[in-house]
Amino acid sequence: MKEQDKNINRREFLNIVGITAASTTATLYGCTPKNEKTPAGRASLAVPTDQMTYRVLPGNEDKVSLLGYGCMRWPTIPSPDGNGDLIDQDAVNELVDYAIAHGVNYFDTSPVYVQGWSEKATGIALKRHPREKLFIATKLSNFANASRENSIAMYRKSFQDLQTDYFDYYLLHSIGGGGIEVFNRRYIDNGMLDFLIAEREAGRIRRLGWSFHGDVEVFDQVLAMHDTVKWDFVQIQLNYVDWKHASGRNVNAEYLYGELEKRGIPAVIMEPLLGGRLSNLPDHVVARLKQRRPEDSVASWSFRFAGSPENVLTVLSGMTYMEHLQDNIRTYSPLVPLTDDDKDFLEETAQLIITYPTIPCNDCKYCMPCPYAIDIPAVLLHYNKCVNEGNVAQRQSDENYKEARRAFLVGYDRSVPKLRQANHCVGCSQCNEHCPQGIDIPKEMQRIDKFVEQLKQETLPV
Amino acid sequence: MLRKIRLLSAVVFFSAITLLFLDFTGTIHEWLGWLAKIQFLPALLALNLGIIFFLVILTLVFGRIYCSVICPLGVFQDIIARIGRMGKKLPYSYSPALSWLRYGVLVVFILAMIMGLNAVVAILAPYSSYGRIVNNLFQPFWQWGNNLLAYLSERIDSYAFYETEVWLKSMPTFVIALVTLVMLVVLAFRNGRTYCNTICPVGTVLGFISRYSLFRITIDTVECNSCGLCARNCKAACIDPKEHKVDNSRCVTCMNCINICHRNAIAYAPVVKSKKKQKDVSEKPGQSDGKVNLSRRRALSATVLVAMTTTLKAQEKKLEEVEMKKDGGLAPIKERKEPPRQTPLTPPGSLSARNMAKHCTACQLCVTACPNQVLRPSGDLMNLMQPEMSYERGYCRPECVKCSEVCPAGAIRPVTKADKSATQIGHAVWVEEYCIVHTDDVECGNCARHCPTEAIQMVAIDPDDKESHKIPVINTERCIGCGACENLCPSRPFTAIYVEGHIAHRII
Repeated sequence: MKEQDKNINRREFLNIVGITAASTTATLYGCTPKNEKTPAGRASLAVPTDQMTYRVLPGNEDKVSLLGYGCMRWPTIPSPDGNGDLIDQDAVNELVDYAIAHGVNYFDTSPVYVQGWSEKATGIALKRHPREKLFIATKLSNFANASRENSIAMYRKSFQDLQTDYFDYYLLHSIGGGGIEVFNRRYIDNGMLDFLIAEREAGRIRRLGWSFHGDVEVFDQVLAMHDTVKWDFVQIQLNYVDWKHASGRNVNAEYLYGELEKRGIPAVIMEPLLGGRLSNLPDHVVARLKQRRPEDSVASWSFRFAGSPENVLTVLSGMTYMEHLQDNIRTYSPLVPLTDDDKDFLEETAQLIITYPTIPCNDCKYCMPCPYAIDIPAVLLHYNKCVNEGNVAQRQSDENYKEARRAFLVGYDRSVPKLRQANHCVGCSQCNEHCPQGIDIPKEMQRIDKFVEQLKQETLPV
Repeated sequence: MLRKIRLLSAVVFFSAITLLFLDFTGTIHEWLGWLAKIQFLPALLALNLGIIFFLVILTLVFGRIYCSVICPLGVFQDIIARIGRMGKKLPYSYSPALSWLRYGVLVVFILAMIMGLNAVVAILAPYSSYGRIVNNLFQPFWQWGNNLLAYLSERIDSYAFYETEVWLKSMPTFVIALVTLVMLVVLAFRNGRTYCNTICPVGTVLGFISRYSLFRITIDTVECNSCGLCARNCKAACIDPKEHKVDNSRCVTCMNCINICHRNAIAYAPVVKSKKKQKDVSEKPGQSDGKVNLSRRRALSATVLVAMTTTLKAQEKKLEEVEMKKDGGLAPIKERKEPPRQTPLTPPGSLSARNMAKHCTACQLCVTACPNQVLRPSGDLMNLMQPEMSYERGYCRPECVKCSEVCPAGAIRPVTKADKSATQIGHAVWVEEYCIVHTDDVECGNCARHCPTEAIQMVAIDPDDKESHKIPVINTERCIGCGACENLCPSRPFTAIYVEGHIAHRII
């Protein structure tokens, strides 16, 4: 059923793509005058086109924009058949054009992103721009079937979908989960690593690297292969919370980055904002950040943090909305590096944030689709929202118990359709292996469900 | 003055009862629930002697003001009639009582009650008719209005309103409500209170009493010049101007005639002596009663997804050249079907199928109040339109006793949450072939996890292998039949665990 449904969606998706492929929204942007004067007090709204910070790192002559476009969160529209969503190609084109016009030149995708449509949609949008000015990154996402044939088929299909004959950056996708055995199965035993090294020599891959989540032993071991393989770059999760306070099985970014810097391997940064969790903060944390730099957005702190270390090649952000893209361009046009004071300030902020018991979901949707139709990220995000807004009541005697209860329950039905809520989790655990943050999803689902029951039945302790 | 008092109190009663049938939150019942309980038939079926006594005395003293003020269907007809006679100076005329029809219907009604033909009783009962009309035909608009407010309040980040689901609970009931409404509107629009004086069994019964009521509309034969103005304005068609007589069995004491009389010949005053009645046999308005074909049942509910799945099958062939687990997207939600239950489920507090059948007037107040989309009118002919439960959309949640609070007829007796948690209305049955432990080869246990009485345990499928998948075993002694397991079972379209009803509820 799942597979059938996807095929339908794909077919319809192609229709939509066909209509919009020819449409050109390029050159609409990028015409803002260089030093445009804006009315007093609105300076922060200007989006400069020619101020982007670029990084050229030793041993890597690419001039890469500090803001990289993560193609994992492309905007979607409801599918005409009523089942799920499709990529909104017009919106993708618009975002890509705007980004390029404002100096972004690095695009990171994967065959599995956005229900498998990301490469195609990204390819269509990028095809409308000169290839040599862009850096395209994609990945070998051979999670489901790591056979050599399937892996090579996946590799070749990426060329086709991205409409290119070379990749600037190619990654072994998300190593670390499942330990070194899984890494060996996916890349060593099937000879894929050797294959990719040969492809690099042939020029079809300009730079070879990997992205990492999870087991530090895998990180160390694969990094140690640098002497023989020569990794051109490594992609890590880095932000001011994960720097010293990585959650779950994640590794502190301070360590990861330090190891890369030691070896002179450029670092590509992912999850600088934790899927929006670092802009969606409790009120008093927001106030604290805004107080220090009133004109800057909350998110800008995260991007300045991720962009400040000098060995960072680019910082990826999956920008679904134009406003996010504009905000991030502003932050990096040009980057105002963090001072030591700023860093201490953010470390204190991180310590405030970790006192909130949010679930470390970054809404990457790797866990989806749940075969039992639960909208896992939506459930977790609703919970996190309520945590941050103080609507997760602990006891019935809480001062705001009634309001919090209503906000949680009414908001729950609004955020997640009833049939996709946590009480439908059967605990099959098929999702767990996909979660890069190592969340025990069924456990959290059942915990949230139990909490919902306590709210509904009013059986929280008094 | 008398008329104004009557109008005002009628408007108050009518709006309040209508609200009862519109309100899906159950909050209004706390304040106004008594309005349903003072209705004649529910009180009779609940054997609420106090109320019956009160209504009899009320009628014995004041005549049928019950019909003019308390009965929502009566007031509803007055509203329609008011629209109908707009612009007409002399809208009505006297017509003799259609006694054979009145008493005929009453006899049928009583016989139906005795024989347990609940459908007939429910169709004829005035209060239930009104409840069905509001619940089936007006409440959806109320809900859509609420949903609009919910939509708006969501935009401004307010939690004041929440969205509710509007769904067709039962086609036969909907059709009956619609036909009743159309018939009533036509009758009332043209002739005022025809229904009340020819069909309504409550009207007929109260008519017996009001014949001897203390206060009556009386015509001063000395002053009266037989102009007939009163008769032409009497919506009950009960004033015979030639004879200067008022048929008190049909008069609903609306007081309209009092002020209309130019000679002040009409008064509402105590009468000591009773008058002899008169009989006339003459013209009758054409009548068709509210029975419709009841056979159409779940015909529409099925067959929808079946067609879709077959078309989808055709697409399955085209395999991806690359095998991968794509990220994101939502699995489609497959339709649920109602399991074939041997015994229908009735809510806790209804004691037994028999008690339900005996007392329920099918007014739909409980269906209106059920927040879990569990209750719906039955499509079964023997207890047509009486509530039954099913768990495709929700289950009988442990914290809710709404239906038992609102029932005016004693069909669902008041229960506390504690009572409810110990009332066995049915028991769960496991259907091995549908269980995802078998079909999907995964661990589940969602039924056991949600069982409020811990009646379900998970045991290894293979007694010798503790690591094998676990299947549910049900301790039917502990099961109360709430349906949490059925509602939350992942198997589609039929669930692997469902609840069979009990003919008589048990306390455990």
